[in-house]
Amino acid sequence: MLNKMEVVQKRRRNFIFAFRQSIPVMLGYIFLGIAFGLLLQDAGYSFWWALLSSVVIYAGSMQFVLVTLLTGGAGLLYAAIMTLFINGRHIFYGLSFVEKFKKMGKCYPYMIFSLTDETYSVLCGTKTPEDLNEDKVFFWISFLDHCYWILGSVIGAVAGSYITFDSTGIDFSMTALFIVIVVEQWQSTKSHFPAILGAVCGIVWLLLLGPDRFLLPALCSCVVILLIARGSSMKEQEAV
Amino acid sequence: MSFSVIHSLAMIAVVSICTMLLRAFPFLVFGGRKDVPELVRYLGAVLPASIMAVLVVYCLKEIQFQVLADWVPAILASLLVVILHVWKKNILLSITLGTICYMVLIQVVF
Repeated sequence: MLNKMEVVQKRRRNFIFAFRQSIPVMLGYIFLGIAFGLLLQDAGYSFWWALLSSVVIYAGSMQFVLVTLLTGGAGLLYAAIMTLFINGRHIFYGLSFVEKFKKMGKCYPYMIFSLTDETYSVLCGTKTPEDLNEDKVFFWISFLDHCYWILGSVIGAVAGSYITFDSTGIDFSMTALFIVIVVEQWQSTKSHFPAILGAVCGIVWLLLLGPDRFLLPALCSCVVILLIARGSSMKEQEAV
Repeated sequence: MSFSVIHSLAMIAVVSICTMLLRAFPFLVFGGRKDVPELVRYLGAVLPASIMAVLVVYCLKEIQFQVLADWVPAILASLLVVILHVWKKNILLSITLGTICYMVLIQVVF
C-alpha cells in the first residue's frame, strides 16, 4: 500500500517538475497560438481547421505560412517545398537527441514528432534531478508544450468569431517571433556571418525576383555559400 | 468561404507529413550510428541563423518603401522588438509589445 503511494507521488513529482520547465513555452505558445487561430479565422476557416493544423502539423512559423498558402491558393508541391525549406532547420534538432529518444520505448515516435524549436531548447536546458525519471519528464514537457499550442490556436479561432475587434496587424507577431529568434541566435554565437549572410541573400533575391519567388533561391544560396565558406576556412587551416 | 475543403485538407496533410519527415530525418539516418558526420554538424550549427534572418526578410517582403504608412510602422515595431529583447530577454514581452505597437501604428497613427 505504501509502495503504491510512493509510485503515485513520484509520478506527480515528475509531472510538476516538467510543468515548471514548460512555463516559459506555455506563455509564448498560448499567445502565438491565439494569433494563429485569429489569422486562420480571419481567412474564413472555422476553429476545427485551427485544431486540426495544430494537432497534426505543430510547427509555429510554418502554420503562419500555411495561412498564406491556403488563402493564396498555392499548389501542393509548392506547399511541400516551402515546408521543406522553412522547417528544414528541424533536421538539425534531432541530432542532439538520437541516443536519448531511442531509449524511450513507446514514446519514441511522439518525441520525434513534437520536437519544435521551443521544446528543443527547453529539453536541452533541462537538468532532471536524480530521484526523478528523466524519460517521463521529457515526455511531459513535450506533451504539455503541444497542448499549449493547440489550446492557444483554438482559443484564437473561437474568440475570433465572437470578439469583434480590429485585428489588423496581428500577423506582425510572426515577424516579431522571427526577430526574437534572430536576436537570441546573434547573442549566443561568436560568428555573425550566417545571420548577415541570410539577411543579405534575402534582400538581394527579393530585389531580383520580387516577393513571390525569392525565398527558395535565398535559402539555397545560403547553404551553398556556407559550404563554400567552410571549404575555404578548412583549406586555410590545412595551409597553416 | 471561397476555398476547396479537399484542397485545404490535402495541404494540411502535405505540410504535416513533410514536417514529420524532417523531424524524423536524423533519427532515420543516424539512429543506428554513433557519430554524426562533421559536415552535418557544421550546417546544424550555422544554418539556423541564416534561415531565421531570411525569414525576417520574408515577413517584411510586402513593404512598399515609397509608401510612408507602409514601412515606418514595420521598421519602428521591428526596432522595438530588437531593443526590448536585448534589454529584457523576455520572449513573450518582446512579441506582445512589438505586435501591439505595430497594430496601434497601422490602425491609429497612420
